[in-house]
Amino acid sequence: MRVVKHPILGDDRRKRDAAIIVDGNRVDAITGEPIAAALMAAGIRKFRVTPRFGSPRGLFCGIGRCIDCVMTVDGQPNVRTCVTPVKDGMIVETQTGLGKWADEP
Amino acid sequence: MGGRTVKTTQVAVIGAGPAGLAAAIEVARAGGSVTVIDENAKPGGQLFKQIHKFFGSREHRAGVRGFHIGEQLLVETRELNVEVLLDSPVYALFPDKTVGYIHDGKEVCLKAEKIIIAAGAAENALAFPGSTLPGVMGAGAAQTMINVHRVLPGKRILMIGSGNVGLIVSYQLMQAGADVAALIEAAPQIGGYGVHAAKILRAGVPIHLSHTVKRAMGKDQVESVEMMELDARWQPVAGSEKILAVDTVCIAVGLTPLTELAWLMGCEFAFVPGLGGHVPKHDLNMETTVPGVFVAGDISGVEEASTAMEEGRLAGTACAEGLGLLERERARDLKTVIWERMNALRTGPFGDGRRKAKDHLVGLPVGGYE
Repeated sequence: MRVVKHPILGDDRRKRDAAIIVDGNRVDAITGEPIAAALMAAGIRKFRVTPRFGSPRGLFCGIGRCIDCVMTVDGQPNVRTCVTPVKDGMIVETQTGLGKWADEP
Repeated sequence: MGGRTVKTTQVAVIGAGPAGLAAAIEVARAGGSVTVIDENAKPGGQLFKQIHKFFGSREHRAGVRGFHIGEQLLVETRELNVEVLLDSPVYALFPDKTVGYIHDGKEVCLKAEKIIIAAGAAENALAFPGSTLPGVMGAGAAQTMINVHRVLPGKRILMIGSGNVGLIVSYQLMQAGADVAALIEAAPQIGGYGVHAAKILRAGVPIHLSHTVKRAMGKDQVESVEMMELDARWQPVAGSEKILAVDTVCIAVGLTPLTELAWLMGCEFAFVPGLGGHVPKHDLNMETTVPGVFVAGDISGVEEASTAMEEGRLAGTACAEGLGLLERERARDLKTVIWERMNALRTGPFGDGRRKAKDHLVGLPVGGYE
């Protein structure tokens, strides 16, 4: 959910000028915002599952340090979604384990 | 360093947060060349998520909100033509004071005469069953989401920890439209300022002292949390468990200095719990045990943005002095004013402890790991 009205920061007038594809579904986003922000705004919180036990992980530190929020973006695995800016047309996938490169067999 | 781009500067500052920007401003003001390097896409560190008014005196810009202080720092760095390199993670520091960083997929080497490390701190995690579920996150992460990216991390929140971060972020989550179900604190008393605690109590958020989290439950994300009471010996009170329906758990249990680069440089360290753990030893000029390598801000002990800026100014002034840009007397006058302001910040029920811890750190002898 987006914080549109705010008593200190005022109204958020940014336009959702981009769309990313998340596991095949279109998610509206704002160019330059972190991928994680666009996902959370759309109510998506499970970003990957761990290699051994398949347990879910999502955003934890929000500043690029803990690497819990990594996903596969445009075919590249282990991308930190909390510090990677949205670009229109990005393909974002829930990552399983360590993920795979697009050209990996 | 064959094949890599090599740049030069007099002072390399690592970290474009309050400490690093303040340091760079002082070097530039004295006429030195200075380059600030930061891994983030935007400068300002964590200042831009701090939408509350700062405490302190007028010199400390008390009553001004954190993000406005950040904007002022950016204006000053622009006016002084300070070079700020963004999207540039530093991966190495070499003994000859060369800083290795990566920008746009390429390695770059920046040869400096002095280095100021202002890398900041990271939030501590708290381990409990279910703590890895999506929806459990650092309070600072939630604060970044609401105040910088304008996205709510959840609808109903449990805050763990009643230090200033836990108290302030609880209030800011409510300002952003979330419902804060409760704040729990393992200690028998509130950790942060009474004025912040009063604000959330007035808003109707219960603060449960001597309580901790037993587990977070949910399949793909947090659906509820079980909390329990602790006795005087910090042991669980049998039968005190309560289940709270929340979708988000925010953890505000302190920060740890990000000291990797100081370790890499061979700086001597001391373990000072009051400052957040292992911190590089430094003198009153913020110089570490490695000559020409300075620290400033949370890396030298977790405090507040106001003290971080003062430490940055000290380190910047000392660098300018060391480079011969400031005469010794002029530098001493400038530093005396900063020391006085900094000591004024380290007073009161919370500041006194930090002052003692800092005095201890500065007074440690050089020679060996402590």
